[in-house]
Amino acid sequence: MRYILLIYDDESSRAGVSHDDRHEMDQAYERFANELAERGAMRGGDELASTTSATTVRERGGELLVTDGPFAETKEQLGGYFIVDVDDLDTAIELAKKIPAVHGGSIEIRPIVEG
Amino acid sequence: MTDAAGAVDRVFREEAGRAVAALIRLTGDFDLAEEAVQDAFETAVRTWPARGIPLNPGAWITTTAKNRAIDRLRRERVGREKTDGAVRLAALEALGDDVHEIPDDRLRLLFTCCHPALAMDARVALTLRTVGGLSTKEIARAFIVPETTLGQRLARAKRKIREAAIPYRIPPRELLPERLDGVLAVSYLVFNEGYAATLGELLRAELCDEAIRLTRLIDRLIPDRSEVRGLLALMLLQHARKTARIDAHGDLVLLEDQDRSRWDRAMLDEGLALLGSENEEGSAGAYELQARIAACHARAPRPEDTDWPAIASLYGRLAELGASPVVELNRAVAIAMADGPDAGLRKLEPLAGDLERYHLFHSARADLLRRAGRDREAADAYRRALDLTTNDAERRFLHRRLAQLAGGGR
Repeated sequence: MRYILLIYDDESSRAGVSHDDRHEMDQAYERFANELAERGAMRGGDELASTTSATTVRERGGELLVTDGPFAETKEQLGGYFIVDVDDLDTAIELAKKIPAVHGGSIEIRPIVEG
Repeated sequence: MTDAAGAVDRVFREEAGRAVAALIRLTGDFDLAEEAVQDAFETAVRTWPARGIPLNPGAWITTTAKNRAIDRLRRERVGREKTDGAVRLAALEALGDDVHEIPDDRLRLLFTCCHPALAMDARVALTLRTVGGLSTKEIARAFIVPETTLGQRLARAKRKIREAAIPYRIPPRELLPERLDGVLAVSYLVFNEGYAATLGELLRAELCDEAIRLTRLIDRLIPDRSEVRGLLALMLLQHARKTARIDAHGDLVLLEDQDRSRWDRAMLDEGLALLGSENEEGSAGAYELQARIAACHARAPRPEDTDWPAIASLYGRLAELGASPVVELNRAVAIAMADGPDAGLRKLEPLAGDLERYHLFHSARADLLRRAGRDREAADAYRRALDLTTNDAERRFLHRRLAQLAGGGR
């Protein structure tokens, strides 16, 4: 059975963190990732850039709506994800609008922190 | 400000966008590009008044800013790791001194600044700052927000461009019409902010001038697009009336009461020439239709010469492009002018639900009621408009109208 573990935390507290605390947190995540690997459970994981770099795409009445910021409504629930590797945000938007849920639902595009 | 300093300021602003755009393409770094161009400006302020403005100020600014950017990158390289900075430095150093080789990147910059993944207020601020060459302080003053707020807005927008990898390019053909609409929308918003400021001062002409400058630039960079021409014509035809729109007390003067000899004839003629005659029936976009409405006013030597049936029909076509209660409101007013106040009031009635909170609906309705001789109802509608408007000049105008009704005069 595969599961996805979604991490929710207060990103404003992450932004103000000191260099040492950041280092400690990175190590804690690394220890967790190592444990997953040892148990043969690791299928992937990434840190996301903050929601200030998020873009939300939806289509309503045949019109594509691109907005700044994360998905904000509470009526819909997270129902799946794709990780794509493309050149720029325009290409990510072009792909997002082909996801069936763009009609009626919303696709939130978040950059993955590299390195 | 002395004349020489004023001239430096003006020429610099005209040309700075080109240098910012080129440096962003070469380095991928908005902040570095802006800081380097700002450094170049400081050098210009020091040297131009004495030595005179260079023959090719654009090339001077680009070269100077490029050298300042190199200085900055070399200084940075000393303490820190070399990765990004070294790549940028190499790109700049490879350029040499012949800036005529540098293509005009302002169109790229415009499309990046007006990208739909940025919030509208960020698009406006970023466009005015980088393409328009306005200072953070000037933009903050024009939009009545604290300078720190505007600074944060700009920083956030630049971070999003970097983190989300918003491309720095002219969009491919299939995206161009949609993205061009976005660029024009930013330009039009700047114009409207100047033309009908929502708070305090009624007209901030410098924002209108800036929007016209921006739209001229778009027209030069993407020639022969009817939507660009239409928007430029619309701005010119409206802005030509600026001095006649406000009286000596800073109060609003209605179109029918304006001294038409004070309209800027050269600006009107330029707007009319841009519009030309309509060749393909039905192909005009929203900006062009609005410009054609403004042209009907521009062509009338006296208010009573206005071709109201033509205006009513243009509003009808505007409504076909996208039904909007505000367009219907204007159409109703034009119909009233063509066919009498009762015809207009009949068109207004169905809009009451949608426009209940819109002050111009109530003041237009009040005006038609007044023309129809229904003074009591007119007074009620003027009072409703007064409750809803925040603009000082409009409030004074409505108070005058109310007083005239009470006095039995016009």
